[in-house]
Amino acid sequence: MEKTIAGKTISVNDEGFLTNFAQWDKSVGEEIAKENSITLTPRHWEVIDYIQNEVRKESPLSIRKVGKSGVVDIKEFYALFPNAPLKTATKIAGVPKPASCI
Amino acid sequence: MKKVVILGAGTAGTMMANHLAHKLDKEIWSIYIIDERKEHHYQPGYLFLPFDMYEPSDIVKPIKDFIPKSAHFINKSIDKIVAINNMVHLNSGENIYYDILIIATGAKIAPEEIEGMNGKEWYRSVFDFYTYEGAINLRNKLRSWEGGKLVVHITEMPIKCPVAPLEFSFLADSFFKHKKMRDKVDITYVTPMSGAFTKPKATEALEHLLVDKNIHSVGDFAIESVDNETKVIRDYGGKEIPFDLLVTVPTNKGDAIIERSGLGDELNYVPTHKATLQSKEHKNIFVIGDASNIPASKAGSVAHFEAEILTENILHFIHGEPLKESFDGHANCFIETGDGKALLIDFNYTHEPVEGSFPFPGLGPLRLLKESRMNHMGKLAFRWIYWNMLLKGTHIPFVSAQMQEAGKHFD
Repeated sequence: MEKTIAGKTISVNDEGFLTNFAQWDKSVGEEIAKENSITLTPRHWEVIDYIQNEVRKESPLSIRKVGKSGVVDIKEFYALFPNAPLKTATKIAGVPKPASCI
Repeated sequence: MKKVVILGAGTAGTMMANHLAHKLDKEIWSIYIIDERKEHHYQPGYLFLPFDMYEPSDIVKPIKDFIPKSAHFINKSIDKIVAINNMVHLNSGENIYYDILIIATGAKIAPEEIEGMNGKEWYRSVFDFYTYEGAINLRNKLRSWEGGKLVVHITEMPIKCPVAPLEFSFLADSFFKHKKMRDKVDITYVTPMSGAFTKPKATEALEHLLVDKNIHSVGDFAIESVDNETKVIRDYGGKEIPFDLLVTVPTNKGDAIIERSGLGDELNYVPTHKATLQSKEHKNIFVIGDASNIPASKAGSVAHFEAEILTENILHFIHGEPLKESFDGHANCFIETGDGKALLIDFNYTHEPVEGSFPFPGLGPLRLLKESRMNHMGKLAFRWIYWNMLLKGTHIPFVSAQMQEAGKHFD
């Protein structure tokens, strides 16, 4: 389905994850963050950059992996993106939610 | 003589030894396969051991029975690979030089990664079922367990056979129903993913199974520790889930050999080209099965499809031809749903599991993404196929290495 985010028409799935990363830019990320009650700071952006890079490398993401990345530790990851940090951060980053095979 | 050296005589390594024994010129090439173990375990059988559905003898056979006569089986432990010297160093002190190396050292559980996981409750009220010891100890526990809170848990992805913990939950429901004690057992499925199902078609088709079987599901749970005193698992966000019996899938990691060799990523998986299966760092090193970091499922069926494609690519490599980028991430798995039924899923890098028929488009006889008794029979028959066809590298009729799109209900 399509949704207007930051004045642009963006394709998203049922859960609001972007289905086409080419449509993502920082203003889209900022607006999704706002919907999740998060105001993005430079620390948030460092995490988002890291996540986008890992997805580009097709390297599977996990919370513990983010914690070992040297970018943030897990406690800070939770502080930046409360409740379900990986799900929220991937949504803001415009990349697919980490998924299993079914 | 030139040498192909295979590290690991599990599913992937054994299949490669058999394929290459058929294809390589014996006048020029000799095949070595190195593994410290003497027994080959049918790992899918670990799922059935705890419920007394399989006996140990169903799933353990001598490695030697499956290695082709023309290959040399070295029953010794590996220290490390020294890639710049094209050499494998054994703990006995010997060096084995190779022209081509195939890494098939698999993945293992690492419960020590989580605080308290292998503490004093390990194999008392905390179990894995991804090892023979874990599955047998859990079987003994379940034989006399009187009920309580059963928590089935995944630590972090990626894991071998990602659906196994869900199958375990379904089989547990069935097992306790048969023992007439289902009302005494509370089953909770806990995952670091967003939920038990993460793909749209599978969620739509299968979400009802959890409701029907009265299995609670907790998603987005990133475990920090197991508390052996209060018997709870705790996540980084502070959530706690109490258990009387915890069946966990610990962190999975590539073999320590990979770490000692400096060839792995942070979980000891070898960076590998996902379509050719060539190592990203060394042209004469190839990686198959769970040992690689490719974004395919870690499963025997994936290794089986990879083996057909890797064999062709090794022949191309030997002849100085470009490698074929033909591995598409194909996986084909039976999923037990309990009560004598199972599902079948067929998918690859780009296509999620959908409904349809398999292997003959429109005809079946197997149905994809739907519970049936026929699929359960397929899963049980698969053990015979594994020992008698798959390991020996015999092509399974009508099932191609690349996924077929015909007969599937894509949008």
